[in-house]
Amino acid sequence: MAQPMLDHPTLPRVKAAFSDVRFLATEFRGQTTLVVPKDQLHQVLRFLRDDPECDYNFLSDVTGVDYLGYPAKQPGRFAVVYLLVSHARGRRLTVKTYLDPTIDTSGIDPDPALEVDSATDIWPGAEWREREVYDMFGIRFRNHPDLRRILTWKDYPAHPLRKDYPLRGRGERETYRIVERDQA
Amino acid sequence: MGIETALPAEGFLTTQLQRVINWSRRSAVWPMPFATACCGIELMATATSRFDLARFGAEVFRFSPRQADLLIVAGRVAVKMLPVLQRIYLQMTEPKWVISMGACASTGGVFDTYAVVQGVDQFIPVDVYVPGCPPRPEQLIEGIMAIQRIIDRDNIPYDDQGKRIPLQIAIQPNYQPRRQPMEVSIGAT
Ligand code: SF4
Repeated sequence: MAQPMLDHPTLPRVKAAFSDVRFLATEFRGQTTLVVPKDQLHQVLRFLRDDPECDYNFLSDVTGVDYLGYPAKQPGRFAVVYLLVSHARGRRLTVKTYLDPTIDTSGIDPDPALEVDSATDIWPGAEWREREVYDMFGIRFRNHPDLRRILTWKDYPAHPLRKDYPLRGRGERETYRIVERDQA
Repeated sequence: MGIETALPAEGFLTTQLQRVINWSRRSAVWPMPFATACCGIELMATATSRFDLARFGAEVFRFSPRQADLLIVAGRVAVKMLPVLQRIYLQMTEPKWVISMGACASTGGVFDTYAVVQGVDQFIPVDVYVPGCPPRPEQLIEGIMAIQRIIDRDNIPYDDQGKRIPLQIAIQPNYQPRRQPMEVSIGAT
């Protein structure tokens, strides 16, 4: 298997600006991923947008990943992924941070370990994307202006894209009021 | 219409009042399209001139439930959408009928997941189930005609308490697929 080519021009810039932070990086078919510790995530994202050499002006997506049962060992159970694009430089960079839950993941109780700073103040377009990650994985974003569920309904009792949640749900789709013919 | 020529010159016609009411009801079934997915496209095709739902008096699609008497649920319904569907159903005035069009509306189809209702008949009354993914326009027309036959023949069926009951008619597929596997040929078929 080919060795990863960590020749993305942004990597040395980030390393020089944050010399005391331990970064990891991966590369697959020319796509480079930078793994950032979660406490530095917000600063790094802001640097990537504001630094004239990096100039990642466009946030193309924010997603979450649950690595439960993943074949290769990963640095954490969950990941939040920011996909950045620089129009001026014609580059893409994936920024990822890993999170480990400290409480049982089957419920919807807030877990202080599953929290990162929101990127909505850097790219306003992050707002709905982060709501989706919150809805599906229960990862909360600090300083998000409007952190509500976006796809499932308000009282949904779980975060359905977590791998320990059954595909067919826990009966949410069966329990709803029934309208009879003579009610109208 | 040609009916005048069959009548005597004075133009009188005697019939039962109930028959006239049934006839006018079944000749003007106005659908409310609740099209949430791909079946909705086939529903639109049914209304086009190629299949011409107007031949059956059901071409007037009403986007206000208060002006419609046939609810066609075409497509999968997420639980988040269910209150909307129920509200639309409740807003329709009697007499009203419900067609569950396609595999998704009737059973959930291939979307056997946490957010999709596995058959809208769990939560609202359904009169006719039209199978298919999506059903062909002919088959949907067959579903509408099943409702028309009921109106025509039996008026609106009631149970012994005098309450309107769901008809629960399942339409059979009305075409035969060719025998498969078929021989592969190039050129003339
Ligand atoms: S039954 Fe098939 S065509 Fe109809 S909504 Fe479901 S997937 Fe789409």
